[in-house]
Amino acid sequence: MSVTVRIPTILRTYTGGKAEVVAEGATLGEVISDLEKNHTGISARVLDDQGKLRRFVNVYVNDDDVRFEQGLETATPDGAGVSIIPAVAGG
Amino acid sequence: MAAQTVASTTDSTVNTTDRTADSPVDLGPAAALSCRECGHRVPLGPVFACEECFGPLEIAYDFSAYDTEELRKRIEAGPSNIWRYAPLLPVPADVATKPNINPGWTKLVKADNLARELGVTGGLYVKDDSGNPTHSFKDRVVAQAIEAARAFGFTTLSCSSTGNLAGAVGAAAARAGFRSCVFIPHDLEQGKVVMAAIYGGELVGIEGNYDDVNRFCSELIGDPAGEGWGFVNVNLRPYYAEGSKTLAYEICEQLGWQLPDQLVVPIASGSQLTKIDKGLKELIELGLVEDKPYKIFGAQAEGCSPVSVAYKAGHDVVRPQKPNTIAKSLAIGNPADGPYVLDIARRTGGAVEDVNDEQIVDAIKLLARTEGIFAETAGGVTVGVTRKLIESGVLDPTKTTVVLNTGDGLKTLDAVADTGLTATIRPNLDSFREAGLA
Repeated sequence: MSVTVRIPTILRTYTGGKAEVVAEGATLGEVISDLEKNHTGISARVLDDQGKLRRFVNVYVNDDDVRFEQGLETATPDGAGVSIIPAVAGG
Repeated sequence: MAAQTVASTTDSTVNTTDRTADSPVDLGPAAALSCRECGHRVPLGPVFACEECFGPLEIAYDFSAYDTEELRKRIEAGPSNIWRYAPLLPVPADVATKPNINPGWTKLVKADNLARELGVTGGLYVKDDSGNPTHSFKDRVVAQAIEAARAFGFTTLSCSSTGNLAGAVGAAAARAGFRSCVFIPHDLEQGKVVMAAIYGGELVGIEGNYDDVNRFCSELIGDPAGEGWGFVNVNLRPYYAEGSKTLAYEICEQLGWQLPDQLVVPIASGSQLTKIDKGLKELIELGLVEDKPYKIFGAQAEGCSPVSVAYKAGHDVVRPQKPNTIAKSLAIGNPADGPYVLDIARRTGGAVEDVNDEQIVDAIKLLARTEGIFAETAGGVTVGVTRKLIESGVLDPTKTTVVLNTGDGLKTLDAVADTGLTATIRPNLDSFREAGLA
């Protein structure tokens, strides 16, 4: 499964400045593992020490907030768009 | 008495620093940005999330030069708006001379009639922020963001908004000479749409709820299309949010430089509540008020109550909800500062409670009937929650209590559309008497 991952500005130091990268994986967890292979260090920014999504990170698969879905087990169908977004916006 | 060195008012604030070494911009006592989660520190700039842990960046101040009594005199001699507190805000010292909407110094109404209805004997006050230039508390935060936008060289102001912020940004941008382009859910109350559009900026409806709008803005900010834009509640959020501290400052000054015992504050993102707490702590640390315990209570609508649900469940994280409430200005299903609200409610001995739409409308009418204050739905939420907390014995009616009304009822007329004429009569006295009005 190949997906497009939208990278927030504060993580682009790990992607050589790229705002979008391609990653592989059938679930969000697998996609993040694949991101780590090509962009070392990025996983630790998104996941905490227990391997869970950090509380100030929002991740969307297509239009769905994964916290309403299955978190890191959320399916990432071929061609899906994944967005990683800082949660501290708004209000 | 000399003021304490710095506002070590949150875990993220810092000790005395050399501002010029940290950041070249002049934003008064603001020294740097510091992550509330991990303490990672960066120079002042248009950034909002920590590059280490995604935590929220906050302003770290250097208040070390202040003498308490000199500061008090300076504040009391200041203008009748938020700039009287300029020494405690991320703004340049000459902020009052710059074009801005100059909000604040709104009325703190002693609500004796409402107190009688609710059985409050310790003194009940309504901080009525409907008196701001665009009739909501949002003018306070936008005024801060304008100064940050100026400092960082932005020429376009933007935001995601549930309505009130859109109007505040539109007005402030018009006054201060910025372009504005703001984003709102497409189905907002008509009053709020008009009050945002009238200032001539661009107003864009997004097909989705507020959280969808917020997500869109967060993506736009990382795209070349959004380059050079100052999003007041995204990349300018650390500065913007500080505006809510002025509510705490004003309440205490208006009470004669005293802390209230209890405050009831609405929760949307939770930012306002956390900054009121920060403001109170700063006043204590600066010696401007006598230190004593205070309790902060958070108020939500049942149809969007992620923080209230988490509080009651004993959780320290907030599970997002899909909002469905008439209190649209509080309809943020994924509140950014929710975890901090939980911390503050628990730390101060407060609570978080919610009321349903019917209770919100009843509370709007109660406040209007007793005090002549027409609150928007968010004010109905705080008054309704106050009543509920008194009835449940959680809020102490013998203590001094301040309830926030953050917006004007004219913005949410739909919520009370069932209110209208008592009677329709012919223009003569017989008809008047027949209607039982004599």
